[in-house]
Amino acid sequence: MIPRPKPEKFRLRRTMMFMNAQKPGLIKDAYIYGADSIMLDLEDAVAENQKDSARFSLYHALTTIDYGDTEVIVRINGLDTPHWQEDIRVAVAGGADGIRIAKTETADDVKTVEAAVLEAECEFGVEEGRTLLMAAIESPKGVLNAYEICTASDRLFGVAISGGDYRKCMQVKPVPGGIEMLGARANLLIAARAAGVQCFDTVFTDLDDEAGFRAEMQQNKDMGFDGKSLINPRQIQIVHEMLAPTEKEIAQAEAIVRTIRENAAKGIGVFTLNGKMLDVAFLPGAERVIRLAKASGLYKGDL
Amino acid sequence: MINAVGRDIPESVLAMGYEPYKGNGSRDGQLLAKQGPHTRICEKPQETKIVESIREAIVKCGLKDGMTVSFHHHFRDGDYIVNMVMKEVVALGIKDITIAASSLGSAHDPIAQYIEDGIVTGIQTSGIRGRMGEVVSHGKLKTPAILRSHGGRVRAIEEGKVHIDVAFIGAPTADEYGNCRALGGKSDCGVLSYAVVDSEYADKVVVITDTLVPYPNFPASIHGINVDYVVKVDEIGNPKKIASAAARMTQNPRDLMMAEATAKVMAATPWFKDGFSFQTGAGGPSLAVNRFIEPLMRERDIKMSFAIGGIAGPICELQRKGLVGCIVDTQDFDIGAIDDIRTNPNHYEISASEYANPANKGAFVNKLDFVILAALEIDTDFNVNVITGSDGVLRGAPGGHPDTAAGAKCTIIVTPLTRGRMATVCEHVVTVTTPGDTVDVLVTDYGVAVNPRRQDIIDCLDKAGVKHVPIKQLQEKAYSLVGRPDPLEWKDKVVAILEARDGTVLDVVREIKPFQL
Amino acid sequence: MELKTTGIAGTLESSDVMITLEPRTSGGIALDLESTVLNSYGRQIKETVLATLDRLGVKNAHVAVNDHGALDCTIKARVECAFYRGCQYDVDGKYPWGGLIK
Repeated sequence: MIPRPKPEKFRLRRTMMFMNAQKPGLIKDAYIYGADSIMLDLEDAVAENQKDSARFSLYHALTTIDYGDTEVIVRINGLDTPHWQEDIRVAVAGGADGIRIAKTETADDVKTVEAAVLEAECEFGVEEGRTLLMAAIESPKGVLNAYEICTASDRLFGVAISGGDYRKCMQVKPVPGGIEMLGARANLLIAARAAGVQCFDTVFTDLDDEAGFRAEMQQNKDMGFDGKSLINPRQIQIVHEMLAPTEKEIAQAEAIVRTIRENAAKGIGVFTLNGKMLDVAFLPGAERVIRLAKASGLYKGDL
Repeated sequence: MINAVGRDIPESVLAMGYEPYKGNGSRDGQLLAKQGPHTRICEKPQETKIVESIREAIVKCGLKDGMTVSFHHHFRDGDYIVNMVMKEVVALGIKDITIAASSLGSAHDPIAQYIEDGIVTGIQTSGIRGRMGEVVSHGKLKTPAILRSHGGRVRAIEEGKVHIDVAFIGAPTADEYGNCRALGGKSDCGVLSYAVVDSEYADKVVVITDTLVPYPNFPASIHGINVDYVVKVDEIGNPKKIASAAARMTQNPRDLMMAEATAKVMAATPWFKDGFSFQTGAGGPSLAVNRFIEPLMRERDIKMSFAIGGIAGPICELQRKGLVGCIVDTQDFDIGAIDDIRTNPNHYEISASEYANPANKGAFVNKLDFVILAALEIDTDFNVNVITGSDGVLRGAPGGHPDTAAGAKCTIIVTPLTRGRMATVCEHVVTVTTPGDTVDVLVTDYGVAVNPRRQDIIDCLDKAGVKHVPIKQLQEKAYSLVGRPDPLEWKDKVVAILEARDGTVLDVVREIKPFQL
Repeated sequence: MELKTTGIAGTLESSDVMITLEPRTSGGIALDLESTVLNSYGRQIKETVLATLDRLGVKNAHVAVNDHGALDCTIKARVECAFYRGCQYDVDGKYPWGGLIK
């Protein structure tokens, strides 16, 4: 088994790409496309009569393929199916970094999964607490319960909105500008930030409409999403490019980080930089920009 | 005897008069006396050279047992000429024929039967595919097939190593005197570059067309002064397969990723400057490189002086945008290229000799800066295989690969690290078709490697911050992904000889042993 | 656990392998192998299939392998899946991940 680094709760997750665990031709080197996370799917991508087969493929894919720095998440079947328990066992046994819970509606859903994950970690000799969780919210009830879901478990690093099912429940169709998703997106973002976890937007399914994809991604960025779910490697580069900080932003962030550190060493907590007031509260944001810059290959400094 | 790429050339092949490959450019400076054809003087005027049928032309040419016939491959998978002619040859009871074509492909499966029946006893070509490739690989051809590059073929004909008794030249249009053009007919192919040397060196030349036009059919690609007979048939080929639909840029993310990496490599070298010259192949990643060098060219305000090949729509597009001086054409791959040569005064037809002949006084490949090529396999010595598949069966063609690789200042091979379960980057290629001393850079989806012989390129990439790794590392990664392949097993019989462009022997292919578990 | 019926897993797609596993009462393991990469990997495919069946405790069976360039991890996954299907094991029952399945 290829040893994997311990999963990091707040790593960069700009791009989370769905992959069908049943397609050997695709997953064997999916990571070369450079997504921050891969989501191996046991749920919608797998036909009902192939759920068993997908688990075998998943187990071997998890234990033999070297994913490098890319995170590997497993999307399990919903709690309303008979499959989810065994899905959790195989994901944990295989050493997945995290589990994506489909159709999350309440904090109890998260806690139920967490309990099963803990049991599996004990059974398979995996370090307790190692396996992270994320919740996919696909219904109005889930949207309303977003805050309790976000705070339901220490393992939970973020929530994602799943547009397809949500729109069906809301009886709406996608429109340019995304007003039909506004309520869900806003609610989830607010809940995620209040809880201190990450928030991801839904997939854009029209692969031929690059302009539409970019427009949606720009809105995602402006609203503050940490990343986006993707279905095709072509989309990865676009997202990384759009989320990359500008030279100006990087320079600013660098200045902020250096100045705060220098001043902290001198015991100064509040000061001005270029006419603006700064204190240590600005540090995480600036450090995040540097991290983004490094991930985008744009940072040449030594921070 | 072991040659300069480490391949053992058997005594039986050396006894045929061959020398083992000695390295790139080993014949530079040698003198050459060209071997011209035996032709018939036509001093008395004749109104027309048209005869009623292919059969009549064959008879009038005096084709006999043991002779050599030739064809070109401008009609690609849509060709009807080879099959039509050979059918008549066989019907006339003529046997022991050698086919010396510029290339053969999947359109020519019927030839496999003639090989098995012992009627066709020799094949000289660049490409060999389909049923023909299988029967030759299984030892059914009486003499070893001789595989040459486009440039090597011209040299071999000029040197007299191949003597063509009758050349059959399919032409989209021809007049009654045999002036041929590749445009203006029902199945245009754009150019007739590969057939020029046949028209000049064969003892007899027969033109076959489906569209007769008034005399003189000028500007001619093949000149009537070299032609004996003209035959009109209903169809020379399938136009849809001759001129495929416009080659579309690949959308495959892996191919695009490699194409972008290739463009970055090119831009890091000193030859990426105003007036550079360029050739791409027709495959996915190679063609996509056109798209990625465009922004780099604009950024540095540089233009190509000429683009050469193997021409497809995308490079014509680039020229329309004002980024290419002229296009120099030896073959058209798609309808975009054919339409372009029809109307574009800066799109020129050249002969295969002008393109790639190593034995003339300086072919175009000698002036080439960059060539982007594909490969079935490439080994840790940078030798390339484009002809034998993983099962040891012949199914490919050297084409212009060895010629451009030898001439270009920077030869870049672009290929995924593995294809299915086959490692593209391996320890030893099954067959050497392009020697490693002419290959400079490898771009894969797992990284870039530079031939250690090219310290100059290594220095450039380092300076530009383009990452590269030793090729051994890529090979080990490939084997770690798919497992180390078992070596193929061969019988003793030599079924094909791979000539280097200068006529020495690069490698041989033996009869494949059927696999036993 | 014993094979009760024929178990089939996998597809004929590129990079995949279709495994058809049939129980028999005696005669050991009979293997039929077809592969697009027979010359280079035939021997290794056979070894992987036999080793996997051995680990699962299968002593007598007929296994047909129709391979299109599957890697070892895929071959193992398909053989294991065919076995559990042939044993008519509950699809959502507990599987020995990391034990018999490795």
